[in-house]
Amino acid sequence: MNESITAAPAAGTATTDGARAHARAQAGAVVEHMPTLPASVYSDAPSGVDPSALVWAERVAGGGYTHRVVRRGTTVRLTDVDGDACAHLLVYRAGEPWERLNVADTVKVQWNAYLGVGQLLLSDQGRVLASILTDTGGHHDTLCGTSSRMRNEHRYGSGQAQGPSPAGRELFVLAAAKHGLGPADIQPGISFFKGVRVEPDTGDLTWVGAAPTPSHIELRAELDLLVLIANTAHPVDPRPEWSCSTLEILAWPGNPTPPDRWPATASPEAARAFANNAEDLAARGPGAREAS
Amino acid sequence: MTVLTDVVVEARAPWSGIVPAGGTLQIVDLGGNQAVDCLFYLASDTAERYSAPETLVWQGSVYLTTGTVLRSDTGRPLLTVVEDQVGRHDTLGGACSKESNTLRYGHHTRHQHACVENFLAEGARWGLGKRDLVSNINWYMNVPVEASGALGIVDGISAPGLSLTLRAHEDVLTLISNCPQVNNPCNGFDPTPVRLVVGAP
Repeated sequence: MNESITAAPAAGTATTDGARAHARAQAGAVVEHMPTLPASVYSDAPSGVDPSALVWAERVAGGGYTHRVVRRGTTVRLTDVDGDACAHLLVYRAGEPWERLNVADTVKVQWNAYLGVGQLLLSDQGRVLASILTDTGGHHDTLCGTSSRMRNEHRYGSGQAQGPSPAGRELFVLAAAKHGLGPADIQPGISFFKGVRVEPDTGDLTWVGAAPTPSHIELRAELDLLVLIANTAHPVDPRPEWSCSTLEILAWPGNPTPPDRWPATASPEAARAFANNAEDLAARGPGAREAS
Repeated sequence: MTVLTDVVVEARAPWSGIVPAGGTLQIVDLGGNQAVDCLFYLASDTAERYSAPETLVWQGSVYLTTGTVLRSDTGRPLLTVVEDQVGRHDTLGGACSKESNTLRYGHHTRHQHACVENFLAEGARWGLGKRDLVSNINWYMNVPVEASGALGIVDGISAPGLSLTLRAHEDVLTLISNCPQVNNPCNGFDPTPVRLVVGAP
């Protein structure tokens, strides 16, 4: 996690002048896991993604976390770069975090426990927070949430955020705090890039792990969102050693889904969820609708 | 057993109370196939509350039945199911709400009473608010998951008079909504009363 490239101080740090010079000499360093600012200079944008349009470009190490507020219509692309990432997500309505992802409603309303293209992340207010536009892997999870410190201490001997096997909940506590939210705001979330299936007769959870090849998903924000992301091992990952690799996050602006276009047209439940979005935004007035 | 509380919760109504560490909570499905939506909080710190994911992960199965340890979001055991006369219960389907009813059934259901209303009203008596509501337990509700991932609330497998009993590991604040839903089979399309018995340690 610590990727410091700080050299031994040349001029010494015994004085404020020396310490300042030493601090400033560190600028411009590039490490594997960091945000790129501005995002538009990110050099590894995949084909089909215009780098100049990027508003978020970041690589998060296994065991790391990040968070961002994104505008309605933004596409957020998560990539499992090396095939062993696990992106745990919590999503809130920006500025109104009492409206947030409701995993139970997400699976119940859409009549399916497994996430895939065209499915929606639903809020507890009957609205669409985000839609899944692209999914090249298909191994995701809505059932197991993220790991707890107790769970990781049990599994790996450690679960603290600064330790070698950070629990997702510990990371979410930190990410949430950056937005004024506390532990009571952390609810069950979803995870991408590691799959779990339910045995129909017994209800037992079966680990299916990562997709065969490194994959990515694209989410479109259908409302202004606060997104918290923790990249750490899935709680039922059966491997004895904690393992999690790089997550790449890219985002670019766009338009939310119009009510007459897929995936708003994918099911009657989706149509009503998007209708609820439109109704809410219409009453808020033109400022809330200008993105469409 | 010394009985601390023995109440009948009317159809469509909420209930809340403390189950003391070592004590028991028995829930009796008086009319049969009556979903009982339920949340638990550590009484000494209600920011720590029932977690469906933690419960599933530690037991490796999505259904709740005898032996299931109901855990908090830190992983702490809150209660254990010590007797279950039905066989399995749900913790995937969450609570019905006025808002989700509009998605599931249409906007004509927007003003029907719902479990989230019960949770909010009853939780407010303990200082709990909307952010304190998380994925809950649905005792006596039948939610099969098929190989495709298809899941849904189908006809129940309970019957009149069947019960389940929990034993608490901590002092636990219990929130219950006797589910008022009439648009799916979770209450047999006819919400009925349930009986709650809290036993002393």
